[in-house]
Amino acid sequence: MLRHMLGAVALCAVGVGAQAQTVKIGVVTTLSGPAASLGQQLRDGFQLALDQSGGKLGGMAVELTVLDDELKPDVAVTKVRGLIESGKADVVVGPIFSNVLLAIFKPVTESGAVLISPNAGPSTYAGRACVKNFFVTSYQNDQPHSVSGQYAQDSGYKRVFLLAPNYQAGKDALAGFKSKFKGEVVGEEYVPLTQMDFQSEIAKIAAAKPDAVYAFMPGGIGIALVKQYRQAGLASVPFLSAFTVDESTLPAQGEAAVGFYSGANWAPNLDNAANKAFVAAFEAKYHYVPATYAAQSFDAALALDAAIGKAGGTADKAKLIAALETAAIASVRGSFKFGVNHYPVQDFYLTQVVKRADGKFQTEVRKKVFTADVDPYASQCKMN
Amino acid sequence: MRRLVPVVLFAVLAAVPFLPLGQEANFVLLLVSRVMVFGLAALSLDLLLGVGGMVSFGHAAYLAIGAYAVAVLDANDITDVGVVLAVAMGAAGVFALATGAIALRTRGVNFIMITLAFAQMVFFAFGALSAYGGDDGYSLAARNTVLGWPLLKGRGYYWACLAVLVVAYLLCRMLAASRFGRALRAVKQNPARAAAMGFNPVALQLVAMVVGAMLCSVAGVLLANGAEFVSPAYGTWQRSGDLLIMVILGGAGSLHGAIFGSAFVLLLEEGLGRATEHWRLVFGPLLVLCVIFFRGGLAGIGGRRG
Amino acid sequence: MTLLIVQLLNGVQLGLLLFLIAAGLTLVFGVMDFINLAHGVQYMLGAYLGVAFFGMTGSFWLALVLAAGAAGAAGLVLEWLVFRHLYGRDHLDQVLATFGVIMALNEGVRVIWGAAPLEMPMPEVLSGSFQLMPGLRYPFYRVALIVAGLGVAGGLAWAVNRTRVGMLVRAGTSNAVMVSALGVDIERLFRGVFGVGAVLAGFAGVLAAPLVAVEPAMGDNLLILAFVVIVIGGVGAIRGAFVAAVLVGLVDTVGRTLVTDAVRVALGASGAARVGPAVASMLIYLVMAAVLAVRPAGLFPAARGA
Repeated sequence: MLRHMLGAVALCAVGVGAQAQTVKIGVVTTLSGPAASLGQQLRDGFQLALDQSGGKLGGMAVELTVLDDELKPDVAVTKVRGLIESGKADVVVGPIFSNVLLAIFKPVTESGAVLISPNAGPSTYAGRACVKNFFVTSYQNDQPHSVSGQYAQDSGYKRVFLLAPNYQAGKDALAGFKSKFKGEVVGEEYVPLTQMDFQSEIAKIAAAKPDAVYAFMPGGIGIALVKQYRQAGLASVPFLSAFTVDESTLPAQGEAAVGFYSGANWAPNLDNAANKAFVAAFEAKYHYVPATYAAQSFDAALALDAAIGKAGGTADKAKLIAALETAAIASVRGSFKFGVNHYPVQDFYLTQVVKRADGKFQTEVRKKVFTADVDPYASQCKMN
Repeated sequence: MRRLVPVVLFAVLAAVPFLPLGQEANFVLLLVSRVMVFGLAALSLDLLLGVGGMVSFGHAAYLAIGAYAVAVLDANDITDVGVVLAVAMGAAGVFALATGAIALRTRGVNFIMITLAFAQMVFFAFGALSAYGGDDGYSLAARNTVLGWPLLKGRGYYWACLAVLVVAYLLCRMLAASRFGRALRAVKQNPARAAAMGFNPVALQLVAMVVGAMLCSVAGVLLANGAEFVSPAYGTWQRSGDLLIMVILGGAGSLHGAIFGSAFVLLLEEGLGRATEHWRLVFGPLLVLCVIFFRGGLAGIGGRRG
Repeated sequence: MTLLIVQLLNGVQLGLLLFLIAAGLTLVFGVMDFINLAHGVQYMLGAYLGVAFFGMTGSFWLALVLAAGAAGAAGLVLEWLVFRHLYGRDHLDQVLATFGVIMALNEGVRVIWGAAPLEMPMPEVLSGSFQLMPGLRYPFYRVALIVAGLGVAGGLAWAVNRTRVGMLVRAGTSNAVMVSALGVDIERLFRGVFGVGAVLAGFAGVLAAPLVAVEPAMGDNLLILAFVVIVIGGVGAIRGAFVAAVLVGLVDTVGRTLVTDAVRVALGASGAARVGPAVASMLIYLVMAAVLAVRPAGLFPAARGA
């Protein structure tokens, strides 16, 4: 696969003529284990943008290396550092998970290369510790959760039950929800990441009789929870969530998730020309419905395309960074720009799961909750 | 001849930095450093498993304990490697002593599972340390220093890994060949007879567990310095499994086999991973073939092991 | 009070699901003294085959029968290819080889069915539910799971205690050499037991599929859980596995809540938010360690000769 890509790239390089005209990009993503389906979305989204511009970004041939971080921080560090020290990456795009990002952050940014995260957006680098050569095309991790918090508040829900996995991101997620929701939290459950049966939590929800449930249950645990929640007849209690019902989990949840809500920065039906073209092209090429992972990665490639073109390559990092900061792209999200801390300033929506006419499932925008939202840490960032 | 195998192994490791590897040189050094760090961890496990007959499925806990010693001291601005090693080895030793005393009441698969249980407790405990990033992990402010000198960088890190590995190997060899080691082997073969010979089987095994744990925590310190990052992921049960695979594949009880096992697993993973995303489809069957055709592991190839 | 009763029911039901998975494992381990780490991927294979056959036939029941049969056949192929070379070999060799099988099969299902999780709907007949308490309905499907768990437990207990094959199995558990000396084809007996274990794993996989995510590596954590169950129960004992499975199920539902509440009372809300979930995650390991510390051979160890 990798050889194949490099081969194709080499041909492109010959076409351009001069070796100096290539830009070297490393994509770091998770391609092993159950999380591989997310990692594939990241890779496919980036690859689609690359293919659409003829294997070039900013008019220059791309030498692309795709690495599997195996969702192990130390593996990721070794591979990424190797990539950089062998001079194979001026720009690193990735990864999916925050713990991998935290691990590769220093090795990449201290080498002077530009790091673009198309998914993980930890608070760590959004505030005081922001750096010039780090960009995020997704969101700051608190934001998708505060969308549901705001919606619950606006809807007049008084009592909400919270559910998240027992790990750091789970605790941050519920904190993000609570930052906007001022009502009563009638239950706050943290479950092991490996749990498969949620009857116990479901019984507690039924006993607490909340106005709504908020769940951050990514991946397999979300699939199990949503199916069991529906089976227990709880679907009359509004189900708000983030990363629990999206296009990466819907193929396995199917009818069980229809009508469930999510807070997000994008949905496949978001109404703009760039997005329509993206979703159509993506489904035609990869035969599955893209989720935010693919959309944000596609946007990362667009931003690079614009910035590399403007900076005339990746050699002058200061120029590249300046070009990225002001990059005007036809984002699949419509309005999109980088804020002072290089995290996006964008709109957030409440989305809802629907069954499409072709029998597949996707989320659709129901309501804009935040407009041009700036994350809560940006004001602490003094980029110099 | 066979006595030369470890010598050749270490000579090759010492020669790697001088090879003309061009653009990939730095990556190769990183990769081989990793082989040595996991080789050290596997070697320390072989002391338990190969020499002492204790199949620990929780050895990665000591990697995590060593790594978190680095992190906790780093947060308090203590970076001297001497202090770090003392804390790491002390913590690992105490933990091994306490849990080993309970675990050694069991045998067979129950020993495997109770060591796993203790390691899982360590894993979840580190994951709950919000001050050190919880599951997200902790990024080190700086690598450890040796008497104030930043020696654990670049090639210095490589040489440090090699030096520690050689010292640890010699120590294990000495222990295995000593009266203690012979007694331990006797316990492994027949605890009842060893007891009749006047040995205290549990005490001997406990000492081996403590020494193995302390050595493994050193690997954890090196791992943390190499990645400049510490995470509970260092102590997952999958990683304990990886260490077991390295030891068994290399040939349990041969000591240097553990280093071969580490090299085989990590280098093959890298090589196959470059060829195909689905490298596990090749690697899995390869492990099966190794078991069926190479009794005694990689160190036993050539059939001269007694 | 109602909630507590509901939670007890949930705990028992989870326990029965765990028993379905652990039963085959403990049988193979007990009779053949064979550590089959691949039991988890056989469970996964059952779930994937269930989805595939459901796609072809449109009937859950047909898919259940076909997938359990195919999982058994796949198990026999694995037995012929890999496992028969490992009978009587060191446990470590079995660990290494079956680990290789895990790697290959986890990657294999990803190559065939893709990395994205798949859906398996509930059978129409059982898609209804009844009211368990106000606002909470209990699906008939879960009632069927309870029946299936009890049925398998009863069937195995009958087969092991009351039939001729069962007698051989029991004899094989305590002394395989003796049984083969009596002129019984022990290889055939083993193959049969192994086939039954594979069918049970596949059966459990299909039954769990409508509740969970069918995805690569879905059996890995469950394998650990199944080992926890059989070790607490005492290796090789069907009765022990049954009791331990229900115990673990109860610990995981009722116990986790009680512990979280107890920590809250002891430490106050802020401390409990940090410590509670960590202790809850560790709980089954704490229980296992405690059981083994007091009863090193588990709760109901099968009698085992030399």
